[in-house]
Amino acid sequence: MSATATQSAVPANIPQPPAELQRIPLVANGHGFGWISDRVSSICEGKAPLWWWISFIISFGCLCMLGFMLSWQISTGVGVWGNMHPVMWGWDIVNFVWWIGIGHAGTLISAILFLLRQRWRTGVNRAAEAMTIFAVMCAGIYPALHVGRVWYDWWLFPIPNSNSIWPQFRSPLMWDVFAVSTYFTVSVLFWYMGLIPDMAVLRDRAKSKLRQFMYGLGALGWTGSNRHWSNYEKAYLILAGLSTPLVLSVHSIVSLDFSVSQLPGWHTTIFPPYFVAGAVFSGFGMVLTLLVPLRSICKLQDLITMRHIDLMCKVTLATGSIVGYAYSMEFFIAWYSGSPMESFHFMNRALGPYQWAWLLMVIPNVVVPQVFWFKKCRQTLWFVFIISIIVNVGMWFERFVIIVIGLHRDFLPSSWGYFSPSKVDICTYIGTFGLFFTMFLLFIRFLPMIAISEVKGVIPQADPHHPLGGAKVEERVPDDEG
Amino acid sequence: MIAEYTTAASVMHAAEKVRDAGFRKWDVFTPFPVHGMDHAMGLKNSKVGWFSFLGGVTGYTTGMLMIWWMNALDYPIVVGGKPMFSPFSAFPPSYELTILFGAFGSLFGMLFLNRLPRLHHPLLKNKRFALVTHDRFFVVIECDDPKYSEAETRKLLEEAGSRHIEVIEE
Repeated sequence: MSATATQSAVPANIPQPPAELQRIPLVANGHGFGWISDRVSSICEGKAPLWWWISFIISFGCLCMLGFMLSWQISTGVGVWGNMHPVMWGWDIVNFVWWIGIGHAGTLISAILFLLRQRWRTGVNRAAEAMTIFAVMCAGIYPALHVGRVWYDWWLFPIPNSNSIWPQFRSPLMWDVFAVSTYFTVSVLFWYMGLIPDMAVLRDRAKSKLRQFMYGLGALGWTGSNRHWSNYEKAYLILAGLSTPLVLSVHSIVSLDFSVSQLPGWHTTIFPPYFVAGAVFSGFGMVLTLLVPLRSICKLQDLITMRHIDLMCKVTLATGSIVGYAYSMEFFIAWYSGSPMESFHFMNRALGPYQWAWLLMVIPNVVVPQVFWFKKCRQTLWFVFIISIIVNVGMWFERFVIIVIGLHRDFLPSSWGYFSPSKVDICTYIGTFGLFFTMFLLFIRFLPMIAISEVKGVIPQADPHHPLGGAKVEERVPDDEG
Repeated sequence: MIAEYTTAASVMHAAEKVRDAGFRKWDVFTPFPVHGMDHAMGLKNSKVGWFSFLGGVTGYTTGMLMIWWMNALDYPIVVGGKPMFSPFSAFPPSYELTILFGAFGSLFGMLFLNRLPRLHHPLLKNKRFALVTHDRFFVVIECDDPKYSEAETRKLLEEAGSRHIEVIEE
């Protein structure tokens, strides 16, 4: 069915809004239910294409390097990293906060936009949720490893140990353990729940016994019964309602790791909202980095339309501007507080030895996303892709600025220092990309990367009151009074 | 007896007719949740919320009690003169546990109410029914419904616009 058919299905005597007020459809070219199933499922059916194998081998190579680096670090000690007094939190915590921030866009898209009834989320939510889960996996590596003696990690959890000491819940680091592990678990539950009906789609299409069995196992015997849908939709709504305060709390609690301390530059009340905005900002950057090339490679232009890209660019612009506001507010408060330590820290941030890092934070995060005010910039794909990468770089440097500049010149000038990463730091970081992309490539190969049943629900054919949904079109007589 | 429909509107009208005819053991199968179908089928509000609520309350209570018992009762340690137990520092972990248990409550409550996972369903063996996850809509009326009679039920479903009706043996 073509776009013109969509128009002609509406009777001529109902006045149409002018062209510029027409909503751009969420699925382009008026495709129906069957087309959506076929298009999305075909990505995980048949032979894996060449591009998939090439990217998979590269990613898997990086993942192996990660395994090597982690073994080296565990067997030798944290001394293989560049962390050195006074900067005892280096790339490990920078990368932890960066990765976990990236995860936030997935939950924002899947939960907050669901509660706000933003129907465009259906085209991108599955891939974004997968991104969340894999990003949190990458993030989790760092706090687990940076403790040095990894074999004592279980002391973080409330499990009785031989010294009968319990975790100390007055520490924000303990709150973080609960926040991050809950975030991971709930994200997986939410993601899996969305996958149940879609795995049933793949089960019913499966040609081989093995695929039928595996997807059947995942689909848990889903039949599409409306009595089931009724409970399912309610549960989905509640999960969205639970994930919304969760996603806001996770990065808030991550920020409390810093702001509960007494270090100038960390000890500020603006941190929780500022971290959450930054997290969503970097997450949308990563969603765009992943989906802009994927929609072309997997021929999903009709499902992830230019409108989706446009809206995501607008969210990036909005959150980037909030981050910019937070940066300036930090400087204002440093001056307004009258605290010499605070003022020194911020002068040192902008003019000290790490000025290059500060500029790499401010320019990509605040200045560059402003180009998204222009429609032409939001509609040029290669340009959006480049900006999204710049945003990711900028957000990485934000964490670097907060952590490293915060630590390298503390209260005692005699203990000032300068942090440089070691080779192991750099290779571990590249290795986490290997983990992330290996997982993501496996995901798009074996699971539907677009929420099939949700997209079916937002096209006009799904609406029983729409002519394309089969509703009888009655000639409407204009009101006499009107 | 299963009846196939091709549009959301036709299956909705069929559901309204079946509801008004007073059937009890019947269901509608759709590839996506059709808006307004719960009303058309005469279903009540889902009970999943109770499971989530129960999970959330359990999570919060567990968190608060656990932290109080561990840090104030079983092994108290003085840190910076702070109170042994404060609801404020115990709140973030308890809050996370509220959400965690609430989320488990929703997912498992949904699965429990739907009696899933289910390894076998007679409908899933039918070739035609496999299209329910693709682009078709089905109304299914069970033969042991008191109102069921082969000829009349078929007539009802045909009048509602179904082109394909068949009886599936278990």
